[in-house]
Amino acid sequence: MADPAAARVHPLAVLGAGSMPGAGATLRALPPACRISLRADPQVAAAIAAAIGLPLPEAMCRANVLGARAALRLGPDEWLLIGPEAAGESLARVAMAVPGPASVVDVSHRSTALEIAGPRAVAVLGAFCALDLDAAAFPVGMCTRTLLGKAEIVLWRSAAECFRIEVWRSFAPYVWNCLEEGRLEFFI
Amino acid sequence: MLLIPCPHCGARPENEFRNAGEAHIARPAEADDAAWADYLYMRTNPKGVFIERWRHIHGCGRFFNCVRHTVTDRIIATYKAGDPRPSLDVLRAWSEHAR
Repeated sequence: MADPAAARVHPLAVLGAGSMPGAGATLRALPPACRISLRADPQVAAAIAAAIGLPLPEAMCRANVLGARAALRLGPDEWLLIGPEAAGESLARVAMAVPGPASVVDVSHRSTALEIAGPRAVAVLGAFCALDLDAAAFPVGMCTRTLLGKAEIVLWRSAAECFRIEVWRSFAPYVWNCLEEGRLEFFI
Repeated sequence: MLLIPCPHCGARPENEFRNAGEAHIARPAEADDAAWADYLYMRTNPKGVFIERWRHIHGCGRFFNCVRHTVTDRIIATYKAGDPRPSLDVLRAWSEHAR
């Protein structure tokens, strides 16, 4: 039987290969990752965090990074855990660590990720996203679900001039093309 | 674009939100047909300060309550779902503050 992983195509395989590098901002498709949506009461979530060794952020809309793994707090009872694809077994660890009512769902293949980085990254995002992305209002480590154009994304400022965007895979080409459109302004 | 302060996430652009109608409408435990129809269909629709539910659908996903002036669209205050309805005096103070 054919290996499904071998036949899998990255949703940005074609678009991602043809992005012209620019001084203002560069766009990059990120490799597949393991993603877990965790819904739980904060006390239950804290116990899960202790068991899996990944501290969950206590403040709303903040991300904690530990090595290659990250935990993003998207809602009062919602976290998105992101790790390398090879860390897929960590899902089982999260599920086994649950001491109370909680929902742990593997959403790895629901989304894909891309990264926009560079001195004009904020301006490019600002062409399609109404959020205030000034460093004072949206500091490094802040993350949130929001809209980019008409697509829902999870936006995470991982460094001063670098944003990670998580987007549903069928919306990925749309988001990619929006950002390419925004980048055009800074090629001149 | 309006900036709506989500009680969980802070001020966010209005396109992240959906309106969900008048707030603080409790389902009656027992009701005759008239009271049931009133619960289902009748809303106050005032010209002025109005308490309504909003949902931060493209954000934290939570419902919350919002005090908005229906003429000026000014958002006077927002508070978490489940918190008690603010009294008239509190509303008056808030709207003075927001002016």
